[in-house]
Amino acid sequence: MRHLLSIEDLDRDEIERILSAAAFFAEVADRPIKKVPSFRGRLVINLFYEASTRTRSSFELAAKRLSADVLNVVSSGSSVEKGESLRDTVATLSAYGPDAIVIRSPHAGAPALVAGWTHAAVVNAGDGKHQHPTQALLDVYVLRQRLGSLEGRSIWIVGDVLHSRVARSCVQAFVKMGAEVVVAGPPTLVPAALEALGCEVRHTLADIGEADVVYALRLQQERMSESFLPSLREYADSYQIDARRLKPRQLLMHPGPVNRGIELAGEVIDSRQSLIIEQVRAGIVVRMAVLVEVLSGSHASDARRLPVTVEPQLA
Amino acid sequence: MSSLFAAPRPAAELLLRGAHVLDPRNDLDGPRDVLVRDGLIAEIAAPGSLAAPAGVEQIDAEGKHLFPAFVDPHVHLRVPGEEHKEDLDTGTRAAAAGGYCAVVAMPNTVPTVDEPTLLRGLIATAKEQAHVRVGFMAAISVGLRGEQLTAMAELRDAGALGFTDDGKPVSSAGLLRRALQYQQLCGGVVALHEEDATLSGGGVMHEGIVSATLGLAGIPSISESTMIARDSLIAAHEGARVHFQHLSARGSVEAFAQAKARGARVSAEVSPHHLLLTEEAVRSLDTSFKMNPPLRSGDDRRALIDALRDGTIDCIATDHAPHARDEKAVVFEEAPMGTTGLETAFAALYTELVLPGELTLACLIERLTAAAALFELETPTLASGVQANLCLVDLAASWRVGESGYESRSANCCFGGRELSARTLLTVAGGQVSYRERSFTLSAA
Repeated sequence: MRHLLSIEDLDRDEIERILSAAAFFAEVADRPIKKVPSFRGRLVINLFYEASTRTRSSFELAAKRLSADVLNVVSSGSSVEKGESLRDTVATLSAYGPDAIVIRSPHAGAPALVAGWTHAAVVNAGDGKHQHPTQALLDVYVLRQRLGSLEGRSIWIVGDVLHSRVARSCVQAFVKMGAEVVVAGPPTLVPAALEALGCEVRHTLADIGEADVVYALRLQQERMSESFLPSLREYADSYQIDARRLKPRQLLMHPGPVNRGIELAGEVIDSRQSLIIEQVRAGIVVRMAVLVEVLSGSHASDARRLPVTVEPQLA
Repeated sequence: MSSLFAAPRPAAELLLRGAHVLDPRNDLDGPRDVLVRDGLIAEIAAPGSLAAPAGVEQIDAEGKHLFPAFVDPHVHLRVPGEEHKEDLDTGTRAAAAGGYCAVVAMPNTVPTVDEPTLLRGLIATAKEQAHVRVGFMAAISVGLRGEQLTAMAELRDAGALGFTDDGKPVSSAGLLRRALQYQQLCGGVVALHEEDATLSGGGVMHEGIVSATLGLAGIPSISESTMIARDSLIAAHEGARVHFQHLSARGSVEAFAQAKARGARVSAEVSPHHLLLTEEAVRSLDTSFKMNPPLRSGDDRRALIDALRDGTIDCIATDHAPHARDEKAVVFEEAPMGTTGLETAFAALYTELVLPGELTLACLIERLTAAAALFELETPTLASGVQANLCLVDLAASWRVGESGYESRSANCCFGGRELSARTLLTVAGGQVSYRERSFTLSAA
């Protein structure tokens, strides 16, 4: 695999391969020395145009555990703030000869554009409301650790689907792994045509009892001022996952950070059904596996000898 | 055509021999010799019957097609203020290369064309630089802010063809009503870009399956159709003359058809990209496919083709909207809206609608020239005694869009890379030769 831009580009075999590698790295993580020497001297650049704690830190840890050098570029305090275009920033960073660029952007399609402007392998760490493929991969990883297989399992993704890249990536990944996916949220926060991704759409949690897994999404507070919701209290009343709604046999997931008392009640976050901390732990090993996948792509080393392309790759 | 302006050039002296002459309004459809003297069509006669007088260039046009040249009611020439995208020279060269003899320029420039001095300056520049004739629209509201009417009567005196806030809707129904009342005094078509910003706000593409998948904010079809319904009623109430720009959705066609059927003085245009492309093109996130109104669903496209064929939609407009390469080489959400279109409109529509049998060639020619009458201009026609406004086209010649660059200063063409049939060989606009295909040579008599 040359780049990881979207779950759409992966087939089930590729997902399985990444997850197997992640399982191997999970064993390494239990050893006293957690590093493997695979990518000593290789350079990974984290280019983050949006605030991020867990994704950025887990990519950094993943690269370090592979013995790669890591350079973090964040939008505040960099040339990005001085109005440099994405293309110029990428050209500048590419001059350092990175083997991989991990990019987080508020705009859909930014990683694909970057892939056309650099010889480095590009990993999408979240682009706008479009995709967050490593999140979906780690969620599949965690579920397989618990359930063995996703085949035929019912997974409900609940909340603000409209603004969620996690929801789009997870629907696609879960469907590819054979799960039955239901997406539920208020009509203002679920796009009408979402069924095209292969999921079912509901607007109430009346039937959430049928779920094997409940995956709650973060609700951003500013959605209220944009009139997507009349009040947080009403939202919590209709869509909050609490001990009353979550059955003892169901598993609970959330991509973080959690708004306690809004999309999730405190009692379920801390319950034994909650996989939230396991998701964070899996983030490191799955991102190690993704970096190995793109860094061992045979194209990466060949491409470095070619001259830099100046044309954007459109279409 | 007193409200159109171009640079003076020597009057055309041409004999076009044996071209297939097609002018649906004159029932002309067959091989003819056409003689142009002093910029006027002197004679149209049986093929092989005319000889070239001394000093008249003679063109063997057998197997080629001769049409009345096209009129585009909606282009952005970017003057003043954004000459790095286009100017009156490059924009009208693009028009001539596409077979156009006249274009109507929009006033959403920097600054806005909203006061007479600015308009007079533009007209003076057109008289120096324009290769085909240009009509200038002035803004409805000062600075396109939708708050205060421009000095419409003064602008008309200065040469404005009509009024539009194109690029933006006139959100206030009250302000639009006042403009339409004022139209009784000063005349001039009022052309409307229809969009309810409270429905489309923040949207960057059509709201539908593709936007749901990409996670991009959508522009729903109702943002256009509801405004067409509203403004049709206001126009009918005032008895005003209103032209609806770039229809994109089935609901818009339906709202417009109802208004027309009730007898409102309304007309509408559609753009080649809405006739030929859909939201599916946006899956690639290629910014060449970002325009406003956005590319919509296959069903919307179907409705637009049907409405163009049956005459509900009156004419074709390119909405030629040049943008510099660097401006488009950004992420989709940050890219400016618009595609160029003048150089590809005829070839794209001929290749994708006429060749597959969706539209007759005669109907396409009619719709590419119909804007003239709607904007109170003389309709280009092939008849003896009239000013020569014609284009000679090789329908059999195929070419790849962009293969030898563009006449336009900008390259943001949504048809870039497509293989199209039909090349313009020669355009005569206002009695002057305004374009010749580079490899196309004329033989002197």
